Amino acid sequence: MSNPILDVQNLRVRFETHHGVVRAVDGVSFQLHEGETLGLVGESGSGKSVTNLALMGLVPQPPGVVEADKMSFEGRDLLSLSDRELRSVRGNDISMIFQDPMTSLNPLLTIGRQLTEVLEVHKKVTRREARQICADGLDDVGIPLPKKRLDQYPHELSGGMRQRVMIAMGLLCKPKVLLADEPTTALDVTIQAQILELMKRLQETHGTAIILVTHDLGVVAGMSDRVNVMYAGKLVETADAGPLFEQPRHPYTKGLLASVPRLTGDPNAELDSIPGSPPDLAALPPGCSFAPRCGLKTDQCTTHTPTLEELPTRATSRSSACFENARLTDTLIADTLDYGDRPQGGSFA
Amino acid sequence: MLEVTDLHKHFPIGKKGLLGKPAKWLHAVDGVSFSLEKGETLGLVGESGCGKSTTARTMIGLYPPTSGSVKFEGEEISHLSRSERAPFRRRIQMIFQDPYASLDPRQTVASILAEPLKIHRLAKPRERKLRAMQLLDAVGLNPRHIHRFPHEFSGGQRQRIGVARALALEPDLIICDEPVSALDVSIQAQVVNLLEELQERFGLSYLFIAHDLAVVRHICDRVAVMYLGKIVEIATRDELFENPQHPYTKALMSAVPHPDPKIERTRERIVLEGDVPSPLEPPTGCRFHPRCVERHKVEGDRCSTVEPQLGERSACHLSLD
Repeated sequence: MSNPILDVQNLRVRFETHHGVVRAVDGVSFQLHEGETLGLVGESGSGKSVTNLALMGLVPQPPGVVEADKMSFEGRDLLSLSDRELRSVRGNDISMIFQDPMTSLNPLLTIGRQLTEVLEVHKKVTRREARQICADGLDDVGIPLPKKRLDQYPHELSGGMRQRVMIAMGLLCKPKVLLADEPTTALDVTIQAQILELMKRLQETHGTAIILVTHDLGVVAGMSDRVNVMYAGKLVETADAGPLFEQPRHPYTKGLLASVPRLTGDPNAELDSIPGSPPDLAALPPGCSFAPRCGLKTDQCTTHTPTLEELPTRATSRSSACFENARLTDTLIADTLDYGDRPQGGSFA
Repeated sequence: MLEVTDLHKHFPIGKKGLLGKPAKWLHAVDGVSFSLEKGETLGLVGESGCGKSTTARTMIGLYPPTSGSVKFEGEEISHLSRSERAPFRRRIQMIFQDPYASLDPRQTVASILAEPLKIHRLAKPRERKLRAMQLLDAVGLNPRHIHRFPHEFSGGQRQRIGVARALALEPDLIICDEPVSALDVSIQAQVVNLLEELQERFGLSYLFIAHDLAVVRHICDRVAVMYLGKIVEIATRDELFENPQHPYTKALMSAVPHPDPKIERTRERIVLEGDVPSPLEPPTGCRFHPRCVERHKVEGDRCSTVEPQLGERSACHLSLD
């Protein structure tokens, strides 16, 4: 496979608070390739958003401390960049769509002012050109009358429109990596469907790699090539989307998938739920963080911490951090070939 | 048990003119009718701003209705005064969306749960504590945590306290306004299961307001779909989910992403164009017609001129023909 565009090894982010040290991200490693969508799922407080903020260099330090064995973008080490160099990457090569369109836009500035600012910082363009590029950007994301919108203020637009403005802003410089933090969570489903279609289309035309942070497993299923599951700051499972949903391996992933209400299947069946609640990051239990809620818990789980291990499969790589891996003997689904629009190798029928 | 007929709630918007008339009226709820049987769960679904919550709040008198009637066990309750309403308030309770905002941070759980009993003079001070402990036990929390404050609980536990508070007065009907949408998936399932268990145990009726169709499918017996202040379709759960009639219901269902990549990559989606129009100036005729994908199937300009009425099931010219 080609070189990864983003390569993160053993990323650790901790916050030193009055209540003790909070390890928000604890040893996360992953790679992202061009044109790929990586889903990042987990409950609130599992470290999904902080991972993204760390990639953008946006973790406030102090109280935050960001460390990693490696965190590189196209071979450049993001951690050793100066503020100035980082600014030339951020918003230009790597950009971010924030969760809340209501609060992420400045209410005092027109849409046009906020959009052209991005171009003024990163590209050498005249104001007139910048305005034209921004209008085209708004047009790309399906906003009617883009020229008129440039002179409007955020409050004059609906939530869906504002989120589209955020997406347009994130895409203005044609970034190579887009970090989308719950891009559709604040939106209604019909608008969500529009935005997701749009992100897919833009990915196809620009080859952008996307990290999609969300707690909505339906959105992840439809968008992602690979999925990372996080729990209490750690990666507990990583796999291609198809095999992960078909045959989740880690007990947390299994529990998560079982607890999602669905539009298919028996509506009268009781929903499975994971007992208990997510742990306090400042006072994590010893051993596996998921052990107190896990049905497969053994003594080993409360004394030792499992690491992410590669599982034996034929075609795709998948890993899970659980002591039960060795014991579970079921065969894993190795191929992703029967998943819809994936390339069908060798068939010319 | 509950019968709502042609309920309207209009809010005045803008400055009042010389004669004290407001500039505009926002038609939040515009002629909503439905009924609810004892022990039944009716789902009220739709997108933000469609009037789901306003319907519920108007129904129980949190907002005075503009017009229409609300009958609870045959008695008209929509135009009662505060004091006349008290006995009904005891029997209709509410669970709110945000478990962080709906509990007073300065009260202990004991005092939060005892307050309804105090107001309605239902228990002596000494009994109240015992009752509060029973309630905590009923919603699956440790009764010994009764002297804790809301901040000592997680989001899911707080929502359980909200449920316990609604149960305190032994109501017949509980209005659940997006009770699980602020919770994480694994916790959401716990609360959904709790609500179902309590319904069976205490014979409760629920009016369940939600935008998540999958949750609604799990918990509701019948479902009403709202769009811009009106019910566009109402049916039993199985009829609605297996064979949606109204084009809006179809679009809404097709927009819900399935947590299964196989289904996601192959299924057909109806992606609606544009946004929900402003309820200040709702479209003429059928309110959904500017976004409707099946509009061309109706001859002439009926969709944009004639408003379809909610018949047996769906308010659409197609199904009325």
